[in-house]
Amino acid sequence: MAKQIEVSGLDAYYGAHKAIEDITMTIEPRTVTAFIGPSGCGKSTFLRTLNRMHEVIPGARVEGKVRLEEQDLYGPDVDPVSVRRTIGMVFQRPNPFPTMSIYDNVAAGLRLNGRFSRSELDGIVESSLKGANLWNEVKDRLHKPGSGLSGGQQQRLCIARAIAVRPQVLLMDEPCSALDPISTLAIEDLISSLKTDYTIVIVTHNMQQAARVSDKTAFFNLAGQGQPGKLIEMDDTSRIFTNPGMKATEDYITGRFG
Amino acid sequence: MRRSAFRRSRGDAPFRLASTGAGVVLLAIMAAIGVFLVVKAIPALQANTSNFLTEKIWNPNAVEPAFGIGALAFGTVLSSFLALVIATPVAIGVALFISHYAPRRLAAVLGYVVDLLAAVPSVVYGLWGVVFLVPFMRGPSEFLNTYFAWIPIFGGDQVVGKSMLTASIVLAIMILPIIAAISREVFLQAPKTQEEAALALGATRWEMIRMSVLPFGRPGVISAAMLGLGRAMGETIAVALILPATFGISFEILGPNGNSIAANIANGFGEATAVGRGALIASGLVLFLITLVVNMAARLVIARRKEFARAA
Amino acid sequence: MTTVQTGIQPISTGRRVKDRIVQMLVYLAFAIAVVPLLSVLWLVVKNGIGRFDLEFLTHSMRNIGARDAGGGAYHAIIGTLEQVLLASLIAVPIGLLTAVYLVEYGPGGRLARWISFFVDVMTGVPSVVSGLFVLAFWVLALGMPFSGFAGAMALSILMMPVVVRSAEEMLRLVPNDLREAAYALGVPKWRTIVKVVLPTAFTGILTGVMLAVARVAGETAPLLLTVFFTDSINNDPFNGPQMGLPLYVFDQAGRPTDTAIDRAWTGALTLILIVMLLNLVARLIAWWRSPAKRGS
Repeated sequence: MAKQIEVSGLDAYYGAHKAIEDITMTIEPRTVTAFIGPSGCGKSTFLRTLNRMHEVIPGARVEGKVRLEEQDLYGPDVDPVSVRRTIGMVFQRPNPFPTMSIYDNVAAGLRLNGRFSRSELDGIVESSLKGANLWNEVKDRLHKPGSGLSGGQQQRLCIARAIAVRPQVLLMDEPCSALDPISTLAIEDLISSLKTDYTIVIVTHNMQQAARVSDKTAFFNLAGQGQPGKLIEMDDTSRIFTNPGMKATEDYITGRFG
Repeated sequence: MRRSAFRRSRGDAPFRLASTGAGVVLLAIMAAIGVFLVVKAIPALQANTSNFLTEKIWNPNAVEPAFGIGALAFGTVLSSFLALVIATPVAIGVALFISHYAPRRLAAVLGYVVDLLAAVPSVVYGLWGVVFLVPFMRGPSEFLNTYFAWIPIFGGDQVVGKSMLTASIVLAIMILPIIAAISREVFLQAPKTQEEAALALGATRWEMIRMSVLPFGRPGVISAAMLGLGRAMGETIAVALILPATFGISFEILGPNGNSIAANIANGFGEATAVGRGALIASGLVLFLITLVVNMAARLVIARRKEFARAA
Repeated sequence: MTTVQTGIQPISTGRRVKDRIVQMLVYLAFAIAVVPLLSVLWLVVKNGIGRFDLEFLTHSMRNIGARDAGGGAYHAIIGTLEQVLLASLIAVPIGLLTAVYLVEYGPGGRLARWISFFVDVMTGVPSVVSGLFVLAFWVLALGMPFSGFAGAMALSILMMPVVVRSAEEMLRLVPNDLREAAYALGVPKWRTIVKVVLPTAFTGILTGVMLAVARVAGETAPLLLTVFFTDSINNDPFNGPQMGLPLYVFDQAGRPTDTAIDRAWTGALTLILIVMLLNLVARLIAWWRSPAKRGS
């Protein structure tokens, strides 16, 4: 199910402001790729260009190419809705639908995509919740509202919701930044186990987290206020954290700025 | 200040008193509205030879006054309810158009255009209704009567332009901006994070709205509709110009039936005797109570939504 | 779902079509809402412009027979201006002070909750009921005559809740830092409110007042019950029946001749111009102050 993403010469804008410039990279299938960099360097913006969520913001647009196995996501006859259906996303703050039950939250994406029998739905909801390491905690209250869960549980519910539609890639935008350390650990374990099935891209502020969960790390930086963010380098995580190729990366990782 | 360091400033007490007093005056006015309407209605109600709550006839100026609120209350509720049924779906569409469909820059301008609709005085809508809409509605009304008479409300032997349907359409136009404006505000407040959650699952724009915007906005839209209903019930002049001012109870909205409490006050005031004025005041009291209940229900829904929003 | 799909999976035609249909319905709803507005404005201008002349603006209806052409709305325009001015003089101080109480003195108190609740209730009072109240209280109970002032009282009841709510909102927007800065300098509370809080919120309050004025300027029903009718000029709002522009339109529209209907349209045109002008001024004030707000 995992896919390879190829990005070439990508620029993203908010109105007249260029947020990221000329990004070219390859994301390997069935790996965890982490994006790190100082605030405002465009790593989240870049993540959102990978499933065309960037253009949801009024005035936002993208130039360049993103290919998912040879198919250009920004091709003229590609529907952004189908792109998002294929590439799932988990957000910074847990955002379950407050009026829906736990079960309905997980089933929400499936119900959009077609008719399923009750037993099929039950099966997928169960396997998705198991996949998100949440099944044991919620199996007795599937029909209670999702907003009653703790923050960490809500975030795992959102992951279950995202994997229920069997996406080919899973994007995570700082998924642990609103969570306590124990919940963070649970999510990190989950990410490691998910990579056997999914290509995962994660944006994080936390360098230890990047070091713990990812196989590849990309470092983004910007030249100054108002300048577009750029990809500085991308390599194996072990290499980035021990022997980075660029001075800026080393400065950032050793805490000399950022 | 200098003479005694901690002395209270001399202006504070009077100013505090004045502002508190203003609030109390406001409460007193509300109480006075209730009291004076009751006091001035009682003599007329005592002179009434008929049952005020059930009588359909309105004849308070006769030597033996006989009048009742029945037909008027029916007409008020029917016309307002029809107006609500016509206006609400359109208003929700308008609100969605401005909050989620129109380009950002255009949306502000269009919102202003809808507010302009609300600024047009009701007497102008009444004039427009009586001169333009009444003749215009004859054709469509004939059509409805010919082909849809099997639906009871479109039945009846007589079809006229000055009908309940025409009055309801004018009322609908008048309450549409209120419902649209409140709904738009609620839709704009729908949490962006949940809209993005729906889009990231691969929802189309409509599916996103159905999953995250409408469930969030439902209580707000309901209370907006109820505020609109209250407004429609109290609307006087446009209805007075259009409704035929008959005193019957009929669901045939294409025929020459119908009147409303407010319209009856406007039409009947000129030639009312002392008892007649008292009777009109009594009917106004009933209108006041009905709108009070509708508005308070709307406020309750809003208040509950606020709690919900805080919890989420 | 059983087969492993590769690449971007297109969504079903049914979903796409449904999305399109809803989009069309939403656009259609907006068109439906705008059509009557355009129709009203077009007819008012088209039918009203013919009699929109000097005679209309400078003459009353005195000595104009039932079938005569000519005549004007001077008496009604004078009446409306006086009634609205008087209504504002009553409603603005009470409304503004009530808002000050709710924001500065009342919060948390029981009285403030009651007032706040009844301001909401007052918003829903039908205009005809406020007219009936003044009729019952002023004319019938106190035995005072029908007059412009009686009309102004009825209008002020409709204005008050609008003024309270908009002023309240504006006062709440004034940052607490400003108040605390003044208190820290030893300025007493009432002077802080008068010298710091109210001036900061001034343009916003003014906008709210203008919108309230625009709203009541078009009210007919309360005038009908309190100002009564006259075809003559009466400059004294405290004595004897007056006319108001909305009342004039209602009166002429109810007469059976074409010349009367023409006068009704011109009256409507004049009324809309006044109301739109007030709205425009209100928006301009709001617009003029918004860049300053963004800058701070």
